[in-house]
Amino acid sequence: MNKQELRAQYEYRRRKSAEGMRLQLISFGLMAFLTIISFLAVGYGLPKSFVVPILLLLASVQALFQLYYFMHASEKGHGMVMFFMYSAMFVAFITVLCYMTIIWW
Amino acid sequence: MSTIAVRKSFLSTVWEYLTTVDHKKIAHLYLGAGGFFFLLGGLEALFIRIQLMKPQNNFVNEQLFNELMTMHGTTMIFLAAMPLLFAYMNAVVPLQIGARDVAFPFLNALGFWLFFWGGIFLNLSWFLGGAPDAGWTSYASLSLASEGHGIDFYTLGIQISGFGTLMSGINFLATIITMRAPGMSFMRMPLFTWTTFIASSLILMAFPPLTISVFYLIFDRLFNSAIFDVTLGGNTIIWEHFFWIFGHPEVYILILPAFGIFSEIIPTFSRKRLFGYSSMVFATILIGFLGFMVWAHHMFTTGLGNVANAIFAVATMAIAVPTGIKIFNWLLTMWGGSIKITVPMIWALGFIPSFVMGGVTGVMQGIAPLDYQLHDTYFIVAHFHYVIIGGVVFAIFAAAHFYWPKMFGKMLSEKLGYVTFAFFFVGFHMTFFVQHFLGLMGMPRRVATFLPGQGLDLYNFISSLGAILMTIGVIVLLVNIVITSMSKQQVANDPWGDGRTIEWALPSPPPYYNFKQLPLVRGQDTWWLEKMEGNKELPPAEPLQDIHMPKGSILPFFIALGLFIAGFGAMYNPLNQVGDGHPMGTVVLIFGLAMTFGTMLLRSLRDDLGYYIPKEELEDDDAKGGKVS
Repeated sequence: MNKQELRAQYEYRRRKSAEGMRLQLISFGLMAFLTIISFLAVGYGLPKSFVVPILLLLASVQALFQLYYFMHASEKGHGMVMFFMYSAMFVAFITVLCYMTIIWW
Repeated sequence: MSTIAVRKSFLSTVWEYLTTVDHKKIAHLYLGAGGFFFLLGGLEALFIRIQLMKPQNNFVNEQLFNELMTMHGTTMIFLAAMPLLFAYMNAVVPLQIGARDVAFPFLNALGFWLFFWGGIFLNLSWFLGGAPDAGWTSYASLSLASEGHGIDFYTLGIQISGFGTLMSGINFLATIITMRAPGMSFMRMPLFTWTTFIASSLILMAFPPLTISVFYLIFDRLFNSAIFDVTLGGNTIIWEHFFWIFGHPEVYILILPAFGIFSEIIPTFSRKRLFGYSSMVFATILIGFLGFMVWAHHMFTTGLGNVANAIFAVATMAIAVPTGIKIFNWLLTMWGGSIKITVPMIWALGFIPSFVMGGVTGVMQGIAPLDYQLHDTYFIVAHFHYVIIGGVVFAIFAAAHFYWPKMFGKMLSEKLGYVTFAFFFVGFHMTFFVQHFLGLMGMPRRVATFLPGQGLDLYNFISSLGAILMTIGVIVLLVNIVITSMSKQQVANDPWGDGRTIEWALPSPPPYYNFKQLPLVRGQDTWWLEKMEGNKELPPAEPLQDIHMPKGSILPFFIALGLFIAGFGAMYNPLNQVGDGHPMGTVVLIFGLAMTFGTMLLRSLRDDLGYYIPKEELEDDDAKGGKVS
């Protein structure tokens, strides 16, 4: 590999990681913002039936941020891992749903 | 180290098996231990049928009957069927994907020893004050009221062996994802590897609920908690849900590898590629998914409400679709093939109608209103024996004959194999076919006896006779195994002559490093492809080089033994519900756990880097005629 190619590769990697860094910072900011919203929602004493779904929604958004921006789930070679993760989430969701609806009512 | 056989002393063989991390030897261990528990469970079944042979029989009393019935179910599911399937997975899957071992050989050995000590723990209950007596489902409302330590043997034993199963499941997932030979893409994997893969992912997701609920039960009975105790504010229904969230995927954990075994046998002896390979793969995945959405069909009569019952009923019936796809694919594989009847093939031919019968009664029970009639009757007993014996046990017997040459280098006798099949197949249908009618007549399951003159006498008698025929079949198989082991035959790589997948390209049994050079996989049914092009061996994917091998270790044995000891400590701790606790119990508990975690620590601190088989030695093997690759 000659000097020029090395240089180009270095530049490419630098740009890539700079981009990754920017996305991480943005999502970090967003996550902090979402956390503030949830605290405010609880703090202002809004009705429970409103706050709980909002909290669940924000929590799942945060989980997705975590997976995709910090754990790089969207990058190549993560397909199998993500498949298993979503399968397990699905199974857990059905279980919890069932417990919420027919056991603890 | 040469591959030329050296006669070893008995003790050195024992030591070799205690310390082995080789998947082929672990397969032997699983086969031996699983086979032992299979005979034990079979004996219990025989006692049950002798007791029910005539009305008001008193061969065993009610308590002993409950214990026999519970231990039969528990042993057969956890200690016989699953380990026997693990035996074939260990023996075959790494070879089928072109790997030198599983991803974590140490973990593989640990998985076996956990299962082994858990099984021994459970069965020691017979000698230590009575076996568990609340059925294999051990519903909390009943098991909390059970006197004596039976249920504690159940919970602790299942917990220990459950850890082992979970580890083995994770191990196979990692192996199949990461260790496939060059060219072995997912859609070129043999079906047995595919079903092992899906069954392992079911293990990964289904065993944690079991672990949790069994821990709850352990704590309720031994440490004074009240998770299931309604009088103290607990909820007994949680056990039922947790158990079946595990329990329903569990039956697919059993049946999917069985499907895989038949998907290997049928194309081999039809000498035709598997019909609808990709639909088979997707049907397997779909069954895996649906398996998690139907558990409440075991609980229709618990009072879930109409909406829940309807949802679970529909989901249950949906499973018949992918299963039906599989059945038709097997039939169409045979259609137009040049079928050769052998012992494995005859088991496969027996499997299809038997399993379909079990499947049809399964859909009947999926109809929630009808299930109110069928629930807890012999109809249920007939159904699940039709699917588990007609599916899983047939597959285990078929695979025993099919893979015996690959595992031990010797062919089981074909003649005795047919005798086994004839007795077992006839006995099986005799035992369980009539039980459908017993159930429809209203005979409840799990009862120690029945009254005369209610029209139940004749069918129960026929059923018991069938059990004796099945016993004869199994004894013939044992004789067959003994005779074969004593014989001096040595079979070639591909003893059936029609092997399709990679394992048949290797010597029987394969050398301890499996592949001298990892093979290049050029398509589905890899070995068949090469044979058709006139090649005598698989093309190598790498130059001949040093092979890295894991070292054997005794540590897995001690990690598992520690939990076994801790189990006794937990059972006799001062807080236990039975009231025979002793302060020493706590000491034993701590000692056992210290042993387990200490051994784990030892393993973590001591670097075990394995060893290399030098290239020269591998070349040497060639020169001596031990041709491999």
